[in-house]
Amino acid sequence: MEGCSRKDEVCPQLLDLISKDREWVLKSGEGRSHGSPEEKKLELRLGPPGEDWTIKDNTNNNNCRERDESLRYLRYLSSMASMTHNCSNNNNNSNIINNTTTSCGKRGFLETVERNTGEEGYQVKTQQQQQQTKASFLQFQSSPPVITKESSQPCCTKVVDLQNTEKKAFSPASANTAVPNSSQKSALILYRPLTSSPFVSHMYQKKQKICPTAVVGWPPIRSFRKNLASSSSSKPANESQDVVPNKIASEKPVEVGKKGLFVKINMDGVPIGRKVDLTAYDSYEKLSSAVDELFRGLLAAQRDSSAGGIQTKQEEEKTITGLLDGSGEYTLVYEDNEGDRVLVGDVPWHMFVNTVKRLRVLKSSELSALCLGSSKQEKAPLDSALK
Amino acid sequence: MGYSFPEEVLEHVLSFIDSDSDRNSVSLVCKSWHDIERWCRRRLFVGNCYAVSPAIAIRRFPELRSVSLKGKPHFADFNLVPHEWGGYAYPWIAAFAKAYPWLEELRLKRMVVSDEALELIAKKFKNFRVLVMYSCEGFSTDGLATIAANCRNLKELDLSESEVDDVSGNWLSQFPDSYTSLESLNITSLSSEIRFTALERLVGRCPNLKTLKLSHSVPLDLLPNLLQKAPQLVELGSGLHTKEVHPDLYSKLAGAFSGCKGLKRLCGLRDVVPSYLPTLYPICFGLTSLNLSDAPIQCPELIKLVSQCQNLQRLWVLDYIEDTGLIALAESCKDLRELRVFPSDPFGQEPNVSLTEQGLVSVSAGCPKLHSVLYFCRRMSNVALSTIARNRPNLTRFRLCIIERFRPDYITQEPLDVGFGAIVEHCKDLKRLSLSGLLTDRVFEYIGSHGKKLEMLSLAFAGDSDLGLHHVLSGCKSLRKLEIRDCPFGDKALLANAAKLETMRSLWMSACQVSYRACKLLGQKMPRLNVEVIAEQGHPDSSPDEYPVEKLYIYRTVSGPRSDMPSFVWTMDKNSALRSS
Repeated sequence: MEGCSRKDEVCPQLLDLISKDREWVLKSGEGRSHGSPEEKKLELRLGPPGEDWTIKDNTNNNNCRERDESLRYLRYLSSMASMTHNCSNNNNNSNIINNTTTSCGKRGFLETVERNTGEEGYQVKTQQQQQQTKASFLQFQSSPPVITKESSQPCCTKVVDLQNTEKKAFSPASANTAVPNSSQKSALILYRPLTSSPFVSHMYQKKQKICPTAVVGWPPIRSFRKNLASSSSSKPANESQDVVPNKIASEKPVEVGKKGLFVKINMDGVPIGRKVDLTAYDSYEKLSSAVDELFRGLLAAQRDSSAGGIQTKQEEEKTITGLLDGSGEYTLVYEDNEGDRVLVGDVPWHMFVNTVKRLRVLKSSELSALCLGSSKQEKAPLDSALK
Repeated sequence: MGYSFPEEVLEHVLSFIDSDSDRNSVSLVCKSWHDIERWCRRRLFVGNCYAVSPAIAIRRFPELRSVSLKGKPHFADFNLVPHEWGGYAYPWIAAFAKAYPWLEELRLKRMVVSDEALELIAKKFKNFRVLVMYSCEGFSTDGLATIAANCRNLKELDLSESEVDDVSGNWLSQFPDSYTSLESLNITSLSSEIRFTALERLVGRCPNLKTLKLSHSVPLDLLPNLLQKAPQLVELGSGLHTKEVHPDLYSKLAGAFSGCKGLKRLCGLRDVVPSYLPTLYPICFGLTSLNLSDAPIQCPELIKLVSQCQNLQRLWVLDYIEDTGLIALAESCKDLRELRVFPSDPFGQEPNVSLTEQGLVSVSAGCPKLHSVLYFCRRMSNVALSTIARNRPNLTRFRLCIIERFRPDYITQEPLDVGFGAIVEHCKDLKRLSLSGLLTDRVFEYIGSHGKKLEMLSLAFAGDSDLGLHHVLSGCKSLRKLEIRDCPFGDKALLANAAKLETMRSLWMSACQVSYRACKLLGQKMPRLNVEVIAEQGHPDSSPDEYPVEKLYIYRTVSGPRSDMPSFVWTMDKNSALRSS
């Protein structure tokens, strides 16, 4: 396609923009290594316009598992470091090709972070992020957020520091804490993406020998397949729903109801809806606190962004209470199989699970304006709504 | 230019050309051919509804009869795209209502369709025939009622996998008694009680009904009647569920099925009672497609069923089939072209069935025409993948999902790079690939060098560095759709291959390490791309430029940035300021 030649035209422009007059050279190893203990390296040379640019890939295809896991983590860190800071990690200690940091205007994100928000800001942000991701679905164990710091030291030293930090940082207890206290000026902190870095979480899992926890959208199956075995309990029209689970259970030791029952939940003022797995709870109280956890952070973020959106400090998060008894700012309602809106909490839990189609968190002040299938005072219409 | 054919002759010639790419080539020959072709094009396929605006489509093709539109990115199927992201059908339908009063067919996938949109369809298109809404949402049975009441010539109504606000089942009765043109009905996603008498009468008066896919609320005792009224059925979807086994019902059902001599495709069987399965045996030989992915049938019954389907071309099944069942399949169904095995317990930590890589290897060995595979399992090895690749170099679609993330080769504990490498190397016509398991950048090197015909690639929890992404973007010449989640890919590969993005339909990246800076840069420099960032925290300018973007959706477009974005989606364009640093 014409993509190739155009790529040559376009890329140099883009690269010029980014790299200014710097060369991007990431580390290179020699040849295909077979069992050499070198770190994994890559060389990505992007020259000035007109020059052919080549990629030499010298990825180490040795099986990393044979080596110390921390070494692999180390390589990841150093490749991350080298990518963001253009350091060459030359294990031969040969020349560091690149200009490290001093000259370039772009100092890498770390300085920016320090300048603008301070480490606390980042920590706090990721905590909030953690909360959100945790609340939505089971949180995967993530390492503490770590940010790489530039230093004028040669990279080999940095590599060593990485190793030290890694050992400190990678402890199970600190899984959900922010930057370890041991971070000093010379300590290296790894940049952590907003959700758990796959590599890091993987290594963490291997280290901790725990089973992987649930992740959004994994395994990649459609929602209606998730509900397969419990669908009979969520489809109220089928009066023989009591029969089917027994049949399945008697034929095979597959437990019905182990799969989730995912129901959409929207909250006033939050643009993005969520889904909750009702089989994870067995009472209204648990559901209420789950809803609180789910939206607390989001609501704060909404207030924060509508107030101007500068993330200098975390908006104070208010617990969402009183969802069930009308005493709070918000109230939980649901839509049942007949399309009626009903207050949550009036019927026995299992009946609720059988008939609920979706959930809503509404502002209590706007409740009276809405047409509800029943109200708290009148129980009778509620009964008729649930034939 | 010399003298050319009279237009009518060229039009007549072109009427034999159906394929979009051929027609596109025709329009590039010269101006007059371009003009003639656009006036006689009747079908349009828009793979991304935001790549082009309704106005542009209408201006180019003034006489369309059939339009297909796709909305949300594929990962919306797995809840990775927030609700209210977009993909609204209404603007398109409203524009078509004015421009194409003779529009006959609409096929929508992953779009939001409101009842108002359905009403427009019902009232504005006098000759409307086909409505397919695959995996759509936003409408209710009220909208369906309007369609039923007004579309006199409706042939096909297909709601597969759509989320319907199921208010009541009465909408079926809205088909007037004079209405007899129904040929295909798929209402599997509806759950409310429908008026069975209305359904029976509808089926009875539509002699051309070929496809009937019912929701599982239709009770089993109704099925024999329905089948007797429609023995010409080619495709049936039904539950086989009942409270008790009635010998009476059994024989009625057996008789009814035997009467359906032309039945080729069967699906549903939700909540099937195994004792009723033998009623299907008479039709098994004629079946070409069997979808048991909703049916909790266990291995022995599955084997009995499947081994009688010697003409089977497509099988979708749960992993209850186990390795032994797949071996039986490989022995009996030599015409098998497509196999999908879904997990019965996707969130369980331990395997609940004995389904391993062996099953897939057996099928790959025994079924010479197998070209499309979707397989969920819990372990895999490089040697198995290499064997599959060597057995089946004719694979065109290979999607493997090892349920636990980062799972290495269970024999050697190595990454699965070499195995997937064998797949891309041997299967030279591979068009679609999904990876899973422990994978390093190496696998992308293989994909980049061998995957020359690869059009769609799905990645999750794979790779080590930007080099991986670079291999894919620079090597896969035919790549159209790339979707990535949770991979350590950052800015470099993306920026270095920016031009590639204009040759693709779309790129999705979520939970990767692409920074705001890179997105803004791309948005500024590439005006024909929409670089959309999904961020729940707030405006992009409130995050430092080096922060990674949560979710990124980049697609080529000729109609500029979207105007219907929700509050959490931002387009990075020439107005996005790059913060100085």
